[in-house]
Amino acid sequence: MAAAMPAGVPARPILEVAGVSLAFGGVRALTDVSFEVPEGSITAVIGPNGAGKTSLFNTISGFYRPQAGKISFASESLTGVRAPERAARGLARTFQNIALFRGMTVLDNIKLGRHAHLRTGVLDALFYWGRAQKEELELRAEIEERIIDFLEIQHIRNASVATLSYGLQKRVELARALAMRPRILMLDEPVAGMNREETEDMARFILDVKEEWGVTILMVEHDMGMVMDISDHVVVLNFGQVIASGTPREVQGNEAVIAAYLGAGDVGELSRRIKAEAV
Amino acid sequence: MRIGTLKTSYAADEALFDSSVQRTLLVLLALAAVAFPFVASPYWLFLACLCAINVASATGLNLLTGYTGLVSLGQAAFMSVGAYTVAVLEIRLGTPFLLNLLSGAGLAAMIGILVGIPSLKVKGLYLAIATIAASVILHFLFSHWSLTGEARGLSMPPARLFGISLDQPFSLYWLIMPVTCLMVLGAANLLRTRIGRAFIAIRDRDISAEVLGIPLLRYKLTSFAISSFYAGLAGGLWAYFFRVVTPESFPLVNSIFYLAAIIVGGMGTILGGILGAVFMTLVPELLKFVANWATPIYPDALAALAPVRTIVFGGLIVGFLIFEPRGLAEIWRRVRRFFHLWPFRT
Amino acid sequence: MDALFLFEVTLAGLGAGALYSLTGVAFVLIYKATRVVNLAIGEILMLGGYAFLGFAAGLGLSPWLALPLAVAAGGVLGWLVERTMIRPMLGESPISVFMVTIGLGSILAGVVQLGWGADPLRLPEFMPSTPVFIGEAYLAPKVAIGFVAAAVVIGLFLALFRFSRGGVALKATAADQGAAYSVGIDVPRVFSVAWILACATAAGAGVLVGAIGGISPTMGVFGLSVLVVVIIGGLDSIAGALVGGLLIGLVEALAGAFLGGEFKLVVTFALLLVLLMVRPYGLFGTHEIERL
Repeated sequence: MAAAMPAGVPARPILEVAGVSLAFGGVRALTDVSFEVPEGSITAVIGPNGAGKTSLFNTISGFYRPQAGKISFASESLTGVRAPERAARGLARTFQNIALFRGMTVLDNIKLGRHAHLRTGVLDALFYWGRAQKEELELRAEIEERIIDFLEIQHIRNASVATLSYGLQKRVELARALAMRPRILMLDEPVAGMNREETEDMARFILDVKEEWGVTILMVEHDMGMVMDISDHVVVLNFGQVIASGTPREVQGNEAVIAAYLGAGDVGELSRRIKAEAV
Repeated sequence: MRIGTLKTSYAADEALFDSSVQRTLLVLLALAAVAFPFVASPYWLFLACLCAINVASATGLNLLTGYTGLVSLGQAAFMSVGAYTVAVLEIRLGTPFLLNLLSGAGLAAMIGILVGIPSLKVKGLYLAIATIAASVILHFLFSHWSLTGEARGLSMPPARLFGISLDQPFSLYWLIMPVTCLMVLGAANLLRTRIGRAFIAIRDRDISAEVLGIPLLRYKLTSFAISSFYAGLAGGLWAYFFRVVTPESFPLVNSIFYLAAIIVGGMGTILGGILGAVFMTLVPELLKFVANWATPIYPDALAALAPVRTIVFGGLIVGFLIFEPRGLAEIWRRVRRFFHLWPFRT
Repeated sequence: MDALFLFEVTLAGLGAGALYSLTGVAFVLIYKATRVVNLAIGEILMLGGYAFLGFAAGLGLSPWLALPLAVAAGGVLGWLVERTMIRPMLGESPISVFMVTIGLGSILAGVVQLGWGADPLRLPEFMPSTPVFIGEAYLAPKVAIGFVAAAVVIGLFLALFRFSRGGVALKATAADQGAAYSVGIDVPRVFSVAWILACATAAGAGVLVGAIGGISPTMGVFGLSVLVVVIIGGLDSIAGALVGGLLIGLVEALAGAFLGGEFKLVVTFALLLVLLMVRPYGLFGTHEIERL
């Protein structure tokens, strides 16, 4: 894997996935998946539908427990670490099918992201004295100044999330993930279903997050244009296995990748076999 | 958005009552609550105390069911824990009433945590049934334990404060009303911190909440604990109010009553819990009034009162769920909206 | 311990359990087809008993005419409830729908009390009263008849689900409403039919239960035991309702005979709690896989 690292980028990985296998009953979702995410990079995981990308994300988040393999984050093993603790350590993510909380305003959704870093207990909360109040006001100020301004969502802060357009909902999800104090930000299809303009906005935000916040980014995305434009490193999954990885340019020229996307290899193989049998 | 409000600090924007109109209304309401016992008859004071007790318990259930999304049919049973604890402490030890109330609430909270443990594994109906099971077991315990007076129950002396017996609705009002106000305020405060947000997150999408850093079991149990703490406190107040606690004081139908109260009032809003509990407490009284009034025309009216109350109770649940699922609080919101925009839009 | 007594208690328990099974099947039928948890099942059962009383004693009809009329009344009620209360709630949260059925239960209990008063009543005798002996063990004839009737009706249901077009439509609807709709199954009609059949069954069970123990406006408590039955069996499993019903009937009878009547409910609910911990979705229920 290390050989596929782009030259000149310091290769200290923040996230290491080593030999991870995941199966549901007899269905193998991931088979011996290994790759590394260098700190400070944008790494994209691509692959056809059903390749196991979201399963991979869910495994890293701690929602699925893999049957084999190990995931390490910031040089510490995540085996046996439950999802909320992973979030507290700085693994933040967004979801493919937007998972905003419909009963809360945009502002509260974003505040929720900070949950694991707050200390308010039940008694503080009931009386809203001292710590609870101080914490809430600091949080509010920070979210306003660092996140809401940055993502340009001032106008919707008090709106109910259910009333927002798809693109704005995705942006609020990003805001919530940023409120989690991420060290690595996992974006599951950040621009799926967006128009050109929204996609460009989102790409700009992602690059800014990387550069201004110094946050490492791991994303799953189908929009090849965007992937090739902004990623430093690409991992290609097919049928739950890593079939290629490297810089965008390296991956683009890889024959296995082209075959996986176009299905050419399979069709060719199939037609040859049919001919052979007919003879 | 209310017309003509401008905030210049985050603290002002985060305040519970964030407009001057709201604050004025609140002050007026507080003044009315203080003046009320001096002008109202004992009957109305009795009703006010009953409403306050029910508001306290319904608010607790609202935190659990309305905000955290965990259905409980055990609220009355948790109240009975508080009531029995208060009665036993008052009779056996004669400890100060505030200590008794808090002990009852604390014990109820502990039992609430115990009952909530299945909530990690089961949801919805299954959880509701587990809470019914807990109610049945508690009822059995109270009606067979000599400490709780078995089937006869317990009669207890009134609460005392500075040598004054709180045994009339007038004096009890000054105990019950402030405690209830504090409890409601506490719930409202809770909801503007990370704990309230965690509750709502669990209600809306529990699995995503976990991935975002919210430990599910801990918060579900916290919600159970707070909700049954509220029930226990309400039950303790109830014990001081009626001064007789029997196994039949808190039947399953009372648990349904509290669930109905938050549905009719509006689940997941503090105002809803208050409005619903008051409304559902007053409707049976209103029906009694109607029955009294109708007796000269229809002599059997009083005999029909009990079944008609049952029918109206059920009808309100069904009617609100079908026609106004967000309850009285939503109606109130619509009325308010009208005035906020007035006179620019009518 | 007296083996004969134990055997008699067991028989009586199975007899009572059969009626739990029958009502449980009615409950499962509604749940399978519509995903509605019907907490009013006990009150619908009660209404069956009162309807029978109304037709037989009130109108002076022959009990053998009153019985099918009571069952039909249950069916009509089911149709009405589905149309006016359940269908408007389509797409609402399961909690709301189940609260609607609680409200319905309250309405029915009130209506019955308004019409017939709060006191317990006896149904007119219509079943043969020759004692039934199995070996040496005595079995109350009504209990035996109840058992046989429940067995026959459940058998009919099972055959219906397996072999009729309607049964297939029901199973398809239970598996996936959207898919069933898209292959041309009239899902609203399946809902309607499920409610009619289930409420008619519950009403019939109500006549049997009432004939054994009399009827009263608090008879809806029977529904509480049925709830335990279906939770233990698994909400969506007919086999579960069968097994659960017999099991709970047996446990209640044994608890009643050896510990005392007041232990019946607490023992079944304690059993339920233990089972919920060990098998959260009942003995035969399906556990849905959670997704993000």
